[in-house]
Amino acid sequence: MHVSISVNGEQVSREIEPRQLLVHFIRETPDLTGTHWGCDTSNCGACVVQMDGQPVKSCTILAAMCEGHEIRTVESLEVDGQLDPIQMGFHEQHALQCGFCTPGMLMTARALLDENPNPTDLEIRTAISGGICRCTGYKNIVSAVRWAAEYEAAAKQEV
Amino acid sequence: MATVENLPSAQTERPIGFGRLKRKEDARFIRGKGTYLDDIRLPGMVHGAMLRSPYAHARILSIDTSKALAHPNVAAVVTAKDLETLGLAWMPTISYDTQAVLAGDKVRFQGQEVAFVIATDEYSANDALQLIDVEYEPLPAIVNARKALDPDAPLIRDDKAGQRDNLASPTWEAGDQAATDRVFAEADTVVKRDIIYPRCHPAPLETCGMIADFNPETGQLDIYNGNQAPHAHRTVYAHVAGLAEHMIRIKCSDIGGGFGNKVPVYPGYVCAIAGSIVAGVPVKWVENRDENLISTGFARDYVMHSEMCAKNGKITGLRVDVIADHGAFDSTAQPTKFPAGFFHIVCGSYDLEASHVKVKAVYTNKAPGGVAYRCSFRITEAVYLVERMVDALALELKVDPIELRMRSFIAPEQFPYETTTGWTYDSGNYAETMRVAMDIAGYEDLRREQAEKRARGELMGIGVSFFTEGVGAGPRKHMDILGLAMNDGADLRVHPSGKAVVSISAQTQGQSHETTFAQIVAEELGIPPEDVEVRHGDTDRSPYGLGTYGSRSTPVSGAAVAVVSRKVRDKARLIAATMLETRPEDLAWEKGRWYVKGDLEKGAMIEEIAVRAYSGEPMPTGMEGGLDAQVIYDPPNLTYPYGAYIAVVDIDPDTGQVTVRRFIAVDDCGVRINPMVVDGQIHGGLAEGVGIALMEVLTFDEEGNCLNSSFLNYLIPTALECPDFELGETVTPCPHHPLGAKGVGESPNVGSPPAIVNAVIDALHQTHGVDHIDMPCTPARVWAAMQGRPEPPQ
Ligand code: FES
Ligand code: FES
Repeated sequence: MHVSISVNGEQVSREIEPRQLLVHFIRETPDLTGTHWGCDTSNCGACVVQMDGQPVKSCTILAAMCEGHEIRTVESLEVDGQLDPIQMGFHEQHALQCGFCTPGMLMTARALLDENPNPTDLEIRTAISGGICRCTGYKNIVSAVRWAAEYEAAAKQEV
Repeated sequence: MATVENLPSAQTERPIGFGRLKRKEDARFIRGKGTYLDDIRLPGMVHGAMLRSPYAHARILSIDTSKALAHPNVAAVVTAKDLETLGLAWMPTISYDTQAVLAGDKVRFQGQEVAFVIATDEYSANDALQLIDVEYEPLPAIVNARKALDPDAPLIRDDKAGQRDNLASPTWEAGDQAATDRVFAEADTVVKRDIIYPRCHPAPLETCGMIADFNPETGQLDIYNGNQAPHAHRTVYAHVAGLAEHMIRIKCSDIGGGFGNKVPVYPGYVCAIAGSIVAGVPVKWVENRDENLISTGFARDYVMHSEMCAKNGKITGLRVDVIADHGAFDSTAQPTKFPAGFFHIVCGSYDLEASHVKVKAVYTNKAPGGVAYRCSFRITEAVYLVERMVDALALELKVDPIELRMRSFIAPEQFPYETTTGWTYDSGNYAETMRVAMDIAGYEDLRREQAEKRARGELMGIGVSFFTEGVGAGPRKHMDILGLAMNDGADLRVHPSGKAVVSISAQTQGQSHETTFAQIVAEELGIPPEDVEVRHGDTDRSPYGLGTYGSRSTPVSGAAVAVVSRKVRDKARLIAATMLETRPEDLAWEKGRWYVKGDLEKGAMIEEIAVRAYSGEPMPTGMEGGLDAQVIYDPPNLTYPYGAYIAVVDIDPDTGQVTVRRFIAVDDCGVRINPMVVDGQIHGGLAEGVGIALMEVLTFDEEGNCLNSSFLNYLIPTALECPDFELGETVTPCPHHPLGAKGVGESPNVGSPPAIVNAVIDALHQTHGVDHIDMPCTPARVWAAMQGRPEPPQ
């Protein structure tokens, strides 16, 4: 079947099998391998992207269901060479090691901050609890999200 | 973005190398621009998928691949018969056993590899698996290590000539049995426990996989594969495939975690290579999560009986008898001369009078492995055992578990300390580290809080563990794997620009080598870390060495980088002497510069020396041009990091649910190159320890079906199960490591499970009489223990 999906603001059109998962559709798009795959059962969150601003597990959605929806992946976070504060926070707070969970964590955390600019530690932990990080023990991910929240609050004050 | 918190050296304004430098590797990962195996697509590439056995033990009567071959997108279906013609049906393991690449005669564990399909795409390859008909005759299976040696147990390895039972390796011993018997006879207190360290799995977030790309015209085999020891793998492939090593290139690029799981060679790799050699196109194979959990390197699975004794309130002796479950093929990872790895470090951090350890290994109808899940060769099992036994003894003696440890520790003045099983611990001040942990925890207050809560019917436990690890294998006189010395190379070139490239044989899977190894060069040569490129992960562009596991990167490879930097610095000194027209011995070093002693103004910066080294100007007599050096580092001993951990748990009296409320970890890993990275390593290992203690386990039913083949039932802690870890440190440098560093990656995984289990028992002992529980402490198991009927995991 033919689908045309908006990925990071661009229409991506392709012939696909109806059963193709969104994660595979995205990863087959040149330069969009930042969205990872880590499990068969919707448990790891390595595949999280945003669909109309909501974090979703792209291994759990068929590409065919995405026509008419806005998909955003980790590659969309940096705009004109300017990192998103959540990306800066992850670097500043050493919130990644092997980096495999990072795209999913970033997209989840970005969606959280868009909805709740000043989350508590428990809210952050709850928000990222749909994902697994095998390397960091989460402590620094929590700090990174806090860092980004504070950075954005300070930036708002300035304007 | 890179920042260093340390102050620059006064004269040269060079950053000091060591410190909380933010990571270089982050730049690509936070943009989604890492290159993990599955991100690589080669022209003409086809895809492999593996058919696996549904049975744990069965004879294969027939395999019919005709329907699969008729699938329009299928290029080939490979079975054991095809591999036999290539001489690839069996492969050697790292423990000198053999493992079937594809099963021909029998399947010996559920998930064993039976046939390999090659198709144009992943979906078709998986479809074709359903089209292969295999006729099996099921056989009785053995999943319990204790029953593997029963006389009526089915013989698993009937492929091995002369094998009459399921013994995988004969009994291996350490320590002194007679002396231990004497110490037990003289003791006033003895405790006994049967303790199981259940089978668990490293489960890195990225599963295992490979792309094999054989070029029939040139005979060159390019392998893309995230593994922890690329040079050793290349040697194995050269032997197995009969190719010269220089015709094989392994490129690792980015690896999504390893934790021991990416040490072995797996059948899927051999199939991908064989497929590419036969088909002449690149073959990609990436396993699913269930394949990762049921067929690749598991960890632990030790059934242990132990006795510990004390005299006059101090620990004096230890006996241990272990049955190790190695699964269907013996592919446990350890140095050749140590069939039970470093398990005999089980005498722990204590000044014992004698100890004796026996380990024998058995075959079962379970996946092969026995890799170290973030652990230096079975040290995790050893530390768990001894730290559980010390707590059992403390219960018996009715003394505080910290008090008993304090009385029994090896004293600082006893180092270097020879243990009763033959290790030489390098340095330590154990009591000091224990006190720091007690201070952070507020130990006395915690005990008071516990008493108050107990009075209110609430269940709170405080658990302690103190571990000593031996890491950084190892000295070539003692250690090898498959005959390969456990050394590491480093190759350093300072270019005419004064910028440098250091190539290393260690292989990062998230350990931050690109940053920390640049910091070592920076510390030693004064070249800013951002100007030092660390090259690794490509056998064509890095020196030989045994890779990254067993916390060996910093102890071995890090030492290699320090030594090679010093070699370059020595060469720079001779060149500087020529430049400054003085004698080398009249020069002194400050960061980044040789200068004339007594005349600070007169000197040469490392960049100036580099320019000279490549210029047409004369070099010192007899010296070749260029500013570079290479070394292979052979560590004189292991390094012995240690730490004191305290866990505080709450248990729901109505459900048995354990919550780790606080976790205090004070590590002494010697000198810290990048404390930020060290902290990160500790957080990650502690999370894994929480998982192992509370939820991670691979279990099997009687027929050998694996009951934890996905993340739905192999449970890994999320952010909600992990507490906000509290870290502390003491620094006791390693006397024989050039930087005084000891290595840390595995310490938190080694040290945390016993602290948590001790805390669970501490919560339940007074009120429920619980004096033992096996991991994982799931609500059901804790509840059963509270009712007085604890059950072992298998
Ligand atoms: S790949 Fe694991 S949740 Fe999507
Ligand atoms: S950084 Fe490795 S899984 Fe999160």
